[in-house]
Amino acid sequence: MAAGPEVTSDALRKEGAATPMLRVSGLAHRYGDDPGVAAAIEDVSFEIGAGELVCIVGPSGCGKSTLLRAIAGLHEPTSGDVVLHGDRVKGVPDDLAVVFQDYSRSLFPWLSVEKNVAFPLRSRVGRAERRARVAEALADVGLEGQGAKYPWQLSGGMQQRVSIARALAYRPALMLMDEPFASVDAQTRADLEDLVRRVRSEHGMTVLLVTHDIDESVYLSDRVLVLSKSPARVVRTLPVDLPAERDQITTRGSAQFVELRTEVARLLKH
Amino acid sequence: MPRWMRGLVGLVGFLALWELVSRTGLVRREFLPPPSEVGARLGELVASDAAFRADVLATLLAWLIAIGLATAIAVPVGLVLGQVEFLRRATQTLVEFLRPIPSVALIPLAVVLLGSGPSSKISLAVYASVWPILFNTVYALGEIEPQRIEAARSFGLKRMAVLRRVALPSAAPFVMTGIRLSAAIALIVVVTTELLTGGQGGGLGQFITIARSGGGAMDVVLAGALTAGIIGYVVNFGLERAQRQWLGWSEEVGR
Repeated sequence: MAAGPEVTSDALRKEGAATPMLRVSGLAHRYGDDPGVAAAIEDVSFEIGAGELVCIVGPSGCGKSTLLRAIAGLHEPTSGDVVLHGDRVKGVPDDLAVVFQDYSRSLFPWLSVEKNVAFPLRSRVGRAERRARVAEALADVGLEGQGAKYPWQLSGGMQQRVSIARALAYRPALMLMDEPFASVDAQTRADLEDLVRRVRSEHGMTVLLVTHDIDESVYLSDRVLVLSKSPARVVRTLPVDLPAERDQITTRGSAQFVELRTEVARLLKH
Repeated sequence: MPRWMRGLVGLVGFLALWELVSRTGLVRREFLPPPSEVGARLGELVASDAAFRADVLATLLAWLIAIGLATAIAVPVGLVLGQVEFLRRATQTLVEFLRPIPSVALIPLAVVLLGSGPSSKISLAVYASVWPILFNTVYALGEIEPQRIEAARSFGLKRMAVLRRVALPSAAPFVMTGIRLSAAIALIVVVTTELLTGGQGGGLGQFITIARSGGGAMDVVLAGALTAGIIGYVVNFGLERAQRQWLGWSEEVGR
């Protein structure tokens, strides 16, 4: 867990601090077997407590996505461990959902919005429960009444809302988000940032979000992990002691915010 | 001008040219009767010739069975080959060797093995029409957006579930295109086999052979050929409509 004062800490997170929900230790990954090939990530270690919202920020191409995919169990890291709820991750863990950057490629175009959201629930929960969860998740992301449409009939921002709803309906303990707002316009981006903060506190979810945007990482998170250039290592863990209630205008204008974002920017320069 | 009318322009122009060529005597009329005569003959056959109708039905039935079998064989095999690289490599040479063999060249073999009944023409049509479906299925599996697979895997779907719920629907538009190509091929092979075996199997091809051997009945021969064309057109039109109806999403997302 992060050192230093944490204004936003609550009971849930203190509990999390005692037994981290996610522990990543000595994680390294290189593509291919050739030891001469540069590693994508090298010796990444950190912990995340239950209920935390942590942002990983790093320069483009530093291996952030590789890191996230290893945590999600989508590929086996070359070395190191990912431990979730005390169990070593082998394959994709059960209570974890991923929101990818590219909604157009991660949603299923042959399924309606409703069926996309219900997709991970098939053969897991009953019909009535499924319908209730889908409706709730769509309401959570502000897409009531859009369920019968197809993803490609919606704007980019709305499609990403569908992706988020799909993850929410799954009710994961840990939600991983890989540059989730990199492909939407600025206004949508701000809306979606607030959406993530809201649903996370409503559902008591743990969120790990990867971004290359310094301001976004500070605005969103309880803690920022700053990664180095490739091969990625954790340069610093920075607690974000902004108030829990955040606002796109006042929070981003506060002296504290500016100080934090300057610190992150300075760390990224190294 | 609406689309269907533009499509009609070419057809009407072609028929007019044919009529002209025949009526002006550019080509001897008994060799190439004008479309108006052929059309009238076709109308007569459909209306009053029970044997002709039975032949058309026999061809249609053989064709339907052939395309059904070809799909039932090619899609599962394509799925396996598309998934298992070792098998794909192991069978590549064999497939590349078998595929170019014209199924017409296998007619003698089929007749010896299966006789001149419907099983010969069906088997040959299956042989010829398996390839486009097989190739399209294998190709489609290689072209699936990897992110789609990852998204499904990230929700804990295992290999078989990913295949069934993501790979199969993703591949469906390609497979459907393969089936459309194969449908045309199967019809050609069925009619050709009927025509060349001339046995007891019946069918449109046999009808044409018999008409030809009668001598001077070119209008009947062409009426038979025209029927095959009409069947092919209608079937392709139907499959295209079905594809747009159920797999229209692939046009929307460009893959």
